[in-house]
Amino acid sequence: MKPDSPNKPGDQENVEPAITPLGTPPAPPIRPRTGDIIHTTSELAVGEGDVRSAELGEVVRGTSLWRDAWRRLLKNKLAVLGLAFVFLITIAAVIGPAVIRRVNGITPDYIPSDAALIKSFPPFRAPDGSFSATHPMGTDNQGRDLLARTLQGGQISLMVGIIATLMSLIIGVSYGAIAGYLGGRTDSIMMRLVDVLYSLPYIIIVIVLLSMFKKQTAQGQLILLFVALGSVSWLTMARIVRGQVLSLKNQEFVLAARATGVSTTRIIFRHIVPNTLGPVIVYATLTIPAVMLSEAFLSFLGFGVQAPLASWGTLAADGSQTIGIYPWQLIGPGLAMGLTLFSLNFVGDGLRDAFDPQMRK
Amino acid sequence: MPVLLMLRFIIKRLLITIPTILVVITITWGLVRLAPGNFYTGNKKLPPAIEQNIREKYGLDKPWYEQYRRTMWGILRHLDFGTSLTYPGQSVNAIIARSLPISATVGLLAYLLALMVGITIGASAAIKPNSRWDYGAMGLAMLGISIPNFVLGPILVLVFSLTLYWLPPSRWEGFPSRNIILPVITLAAIYTAYIARLTRAGLLEVLRSDYIRTARAKGLSERQVLFRHALRGGLMPVVSYTGPALAFLLTGTVVVERIFILPGLGNYFLQASLNRDEPLIIGIVAFIAIILLLMNLLVDIAYGYLDPRIRY
Repeated sequence: MKPDSPNKPGDQENVEPAITPLGTPPAPPIRPRTGDIIHTTSELAVGEGDVRSAELGEVVRGTSLWRDAWRRLLKNKLAVLGLAFVFLITIAAVIGPAVIRRVNGITPDYIPSDAALIKSFPPFRAPDGSFSATHPMGTDNQGRDLLARTLQGGQISLMVGIIATLMSLIIGVSYGAIAGYLGGRTDSIMMRLVDVLYSLPYIIIVIVLLSMFKKQTAQGQLILLFVALGSVSWLTMARIVRGQVLSLKNQEFVLAARATGVSTTRIIFRHIVPNTLGPVIVYATLTIPAVMLSEAFLSFLGFGVQAPLASWGTLAADGSQTIGIYPWQLIGPGLAMGLTLFSLNFVGDGLRDAFDPQMRK
Repeated sequence: MPVLLMLRFIIKRLLITIPTILVVITITWGLVRLAPGNFYTGNKKLPPAIEQNIREKYGLDKPWYEQYRRTMWGILRHLDFGTSLTYPGQSVNAIIARSLPISATVGLLAYLLALMVGITIGASAAIKPNSRWDYGAMGLAMLGISIPNFVLGPILVLVFSLTLYWLPPSRWEGFPSRNIILPVITLAAIYTAYIARLTRAGLLEVLRSDYIRTARAKGLSERQVLFRHALRGGLMPVVSYTGPALAFLLTGTVVVERIFILPGLGNYFLQASLNRDEPLIIGIVAFIAIILLLMNLLVDIAYGYLDPRIRY
């Protein structure tokens, strides 16, 4: 690697940190090569740059906002534990059902015959489920393995969380960035609309939406759920991004871009938006558990995920029906969901502290 | 604060609030109307002649703009949301009047509990930041945020009703009864957690500020500093949370009423949504929106009293 090549991860362990003070927008990198202003996303977003001091002629490596944030995040034990757990449960949800099938031939929707059901249980066990090597989390009312179902439900829950968050990310970031950059009357009208939507009982409206447009197929209902949750959870994101954009849009690098004739759309999405990514990532991380909770809430009430698909919400709903007799049917999926949300919240909190050390209490 | 300025602010806000309420009603009306099918497709099949008669009675045979005009006019003119389709002869207003006290009782008790416990926990964590107690309290608060109330509720029932036999598991038996304890705790858990976190963050921010240093410097006891000076500023985030909390409360009651079989507003709303009882859906959503928006207005006014720096 040439000494003046841009930083690559892993090559600056022994370098003094923080040339760019945190919280201040990154200075445009000074490159040995002059000429066109080349804006690459990573350059603008990361703001790291090798500053070649004119007098000394040596390269002083900057440390990026991202690397700093990452280092602070790694110091936060709870956040790291949370991250590890989220990682584990995601892997388990994705490959778990297949592994279980490999190991003992049980699929999440395998319903044993009555004879097999009766034969498989010692008489002192509950008639519809038992804890054994084959069913470590017991079974549900129809004899389906609860571990496999919980893992499969996790797929749906995590998928809803991620997709709806992505939707809110796309809508919220574009909306907030456009409002903030254009400013003036456009901004005040757009944000007034956000204020109005903010004060609505949105989950109530989502229930109306989901129950009115109820789809015949489970897949159709799932897509409706993505749309409904995504379209109501972008408001805070829009506010955050707008605030960031307002403080960024008068910076020199925007002026420079405008002076070189870059189009407004390009300025917004290639130059400004990448610089708002820190707060956006933090808030998106906190949106995932919020959306998953909403999904579970809707599924619990019967408006969300429909059978034969299952999510943690529907499993908890089924389990809560039989709480007095077969408590594990609620406790298993409930614990899986609770721990995942718990971890995601810790990761989100940790990220917030990492990106904004001033906030750290 | 000058009364006139305040009045101007309230009027200005009301001028925004009223159109917002109309927008909510219109959105709900649109959702209910645009959706395929209607009340009669989902329920018991009626002979066509009878269905025709009922449709005429409720004005469902009119074109959509006429129906919209009727609905809006009824609401604007007399706050009349019409008659329920599932409960023949009962007006939506009567159903709301009957079920609201139940939801409101549970909701208010839950909110009071959450305020008391949440502020106590949050403040005690803020006094000794990064202590063992602080970590424990905040971990507990995070747990409260992460455990959904529909998991917590049944578990509480399992422990306190079905195992220990201390409390009844469900049913509504009037206000001062032991039946209300579990629903209130279930509903309060998540706010308690949020309020504890907000209180801690707000107080920590304030405790580092200059005017607290001044208060300490002039020799006030730690107790006086906390109660006379810090809490007022430190509770600002909690106050502004009141508005969103009410929205949470409303969605929370839907679940809690379902778990504990309480005949409150949330339960009627669920039934109405499942049955496509259009006037009832529109009525309850509009009612909730009105309460929510008025509460937000109250919160903004309260903000001005708590923080003299805020000018309208």
